[in-house]
Amino acid sequence: MMDRRQFLKTTAGVTAVSAVGAPPIVKAQGSGSIRIGLLAPLTGVVASGGREMVDGFTMFWEQQGEAIAGRKVEIVTEDDASNPDTALQKARRLVEQANVHFLCGDLLANTGLAVANYVKGNGVPYFIPIIAADDLTQRARIPNVIRIAGYSASQTTHPLGDWAWKQGFKKIATVSQDYTFGHEQCGGLAQVFSENGGKVTQQLWHPLNTADFSPYLGQIANAGVDAVFTMQTGADGTRFIQQWANFGLKGRIPLMGSMNCTDQSVIRTMGAEPEGIVTPAHFAEGSDNPATQKFVKDYEAKFSKTPSLYGFSMYSGAMWIAKALEKVRGEAENRAAFLEAVRTTELTDSPLGTAIRLDAYGNPIYDIMIRKVVKRADGKFWNVPTETYSGVSQFWKYEPETYMKQPPYSRTYQGIKS
Amino acid sequence: MIGARRTPAPAGIRMLVVVAVALVALAVLPFLLPTYQVSVATQILIFAVLAMSIDVLAGYAGRTSLCHGAIFGASTYVVLYGSSVAGLPVLTAMVLGVLAATVLSTLFGVLAVRTSGVYFLLLTLALGLIVWGICLRWTAVTGGENGLRGQLQVGALAQPRALYLAVLAGSAFLSFGMWRFVQSPFGLTLRGIKDSESRMRSLGYNVPLHLVIAFTVSGFFAGTAGAMYAIFNNFVSPSTVQLSQSVAGLLMAIVGGIGTLFGSVVGAFLIIALEQAVSLYTERWLMVLGAMFVLIMIFAPEGVVGKARALISRNAERRVGQ
Repeated sequence: MMDRRQFLKTTAGVTAVSAVGAPPIVKAQGSGSIRIGLLAPLTGVVASGGREMVDGFTMFWEQQGEAIAGRKVEIVTEDDASNPDTALQKARRLVEQANVHFLCGDLLANTGLAVANYVKGNGVPYFIPIIAADDLTQRARIPNVIRIAGYSASQTTHPLGDWAWKQGFKKIATVSQDYTFGHEQCGGLAQVFSENGGKVTQQLWHPLNTADFSPYLGQIANAGVDAVFTMQTGADGTRFIQQWANFGLKGRIPLMGSMNCTDQSVIRTMGAEPEGIVTPAHFAEGSDNPATQKFVKDYEAKFSKTPSLYGFSMYSGAMWIAKALEKVRGEAENRAAFLEAVRTTELTDSPLGTAIRLDAYGNPIYDIMIRKVVKRADGKFWNVPTETYSGVSQFWKYEPETYMKQPPYSRTYQGIKS
Repeated sequence: MIGARRTPAPAGIRMLVVVAVALVALAVLPFLLPTYQVSVATQILIFAVLAMSIDVLAGYAGRTSLCHGAIFGASTYVVLYGSSVAGLPVLTAMVLGVLAATVLSTLFGVLAVRTSGVYFLLLTLALGLIVWGICLRWTAVTGGENGLRGQLQVGALAQPRALYLAVLAGSAFLSFGMWRFVQSPFGLTLRGIKDSESRMRSLGYNVPLHLVIAFTVSGFFAGTAGAMYAIFNNFVSPSTVQLSQSVAGLLMAIVGGIGTLFGSVVGAFLIIALEQAVSLYTERWLMVLGAMFVLIMIFAPEGVVGKARALISRNAERRVGQ
């Protein structure tokens, strides 16, 4: 009896408290401002990348005076905690409580996919400069989800497959993180390389956060391959490169990597171990393009570190948004017109120094650079382009509709032609 | 048990009135709140059911489980797979999800009930990790770390307020079910097992069988919460079945008060509402939550509701003494 009565009192209490003590609502400072919902992992496994995302994004808006087309710009930042459920909840809060006009951000593919599924239902524009999941701009594209200034996972590794073949490599092995981003990046390389005539003799998959790579490195050292490709992100990248050098493989077998593998976020804390690794990317902080160098200098002056892909992508993404907002005279409320403006914007003054535009599926077309890690004058290491593939879309040289008929890259489907 | 000595009829009526008032208040709530808070309230209700299902086992049978998050999430996975991949109607998918969770918990129950204390904790933790591992690695079915997505809020459920009311009706019904379960003679037997297994065994009770049934029933309720979560979230990924989900449910039960059943509702409310409120001001909200747990464990180890109940009965005793 006691239990029942107690429960009722409690329930009544909870009800009263929840009605009165609802969390405070983030009020817009003026009804005239454009509110941007920025989602980034500020805690959790990829928190350092998330911090750089916010840095890059806010750096652009600060330079812009936090206003565009005569309207103030207000950025509401939320932490997605590197967790898709949290990302979804925060996206809901930004849209339903903070009343943002559109969303931008997220780092991990699963957080991006969760938020994309949410905006699919309500039509809120969502921009993903970092989320690389192929299908978001391919088989499962959503009209209001656009990858401004981002890239699709296999977009940069397709040309790397071509480059590797042209280097005279006949047999390669791959070592990749065992998750979708890894499967997709690895698949891009494997498909193009094998279609050219090369052989992918071994594909090793290791779980995220592998501490010891010796079992994998041991297999590779004796595999008799001409080169090795590795797809790594975050701390796995640091550990792989270090152990690659420690095992004496550096300089013995040519090493190619995914762009994140030698991103500044990985190599800026390392010594000479990454030197000589070849990776493909649309951005190279060591490019001699004046626009890139200006951005690198500004970023280094502000944050005292060389910009990573995260900082660059979010900076360019913000620029893209600003251009589109200018086109529609700041009317972010008119979603259809705004999205159309985003789709048709050609970004000419980004840190890349070359014009970028979107393909018909909402993914940018880039000049993909083959980069090599070299030492710069002050002793730091950075990625310098050695070769460029112009105008590479997410479909490489394939017909988009035919390409999308093949299954998405996975652990079991790598597009390998035998 | 002082309250039980009172004349039953007026107490029963009074209780009915309070239940009715509470339900009406909860039903009116969504019309007073903006839609985002309504979705938070929906989430609180769902997690309250999960926490209560954990409390059924922890508070009444003395077995603290660390795999209920996985059972909850397994149901969510089945519902999303059923409706968005296999193309089943949402209701059928929900039934299948609950069924899957129930079967899974029977299996886990059979494996786990022979242990108790720390060993039970570790065994259920391992079982939960197996579910997590399968969801993460069986990419062809579960979508790997990207998870499964769908649009399950069909018809009127697309409205946050309607969804809240549906979840409220569901969780009120489930709460009543769990309350009946723990108050039943079977529930009394569980309490007997919690107090002394050997005594119950010598009295002729089949202790493992009782525990397996209790585990299954508790898993069934966790599964229903998981099925509601599928509708609420439209999305599932391994983070829904990971250890932290089980821990979150357990913490809600502990904060509210283990063995109080409805304390879990308070626990779910406190944790989710605080998380919402604090994360508005700082991304370090986990530290604030941590501090709250420490304070609760120091000043009210029996949980918020447990403490309140103890205070009330102490006052009542004092009054009787005077």
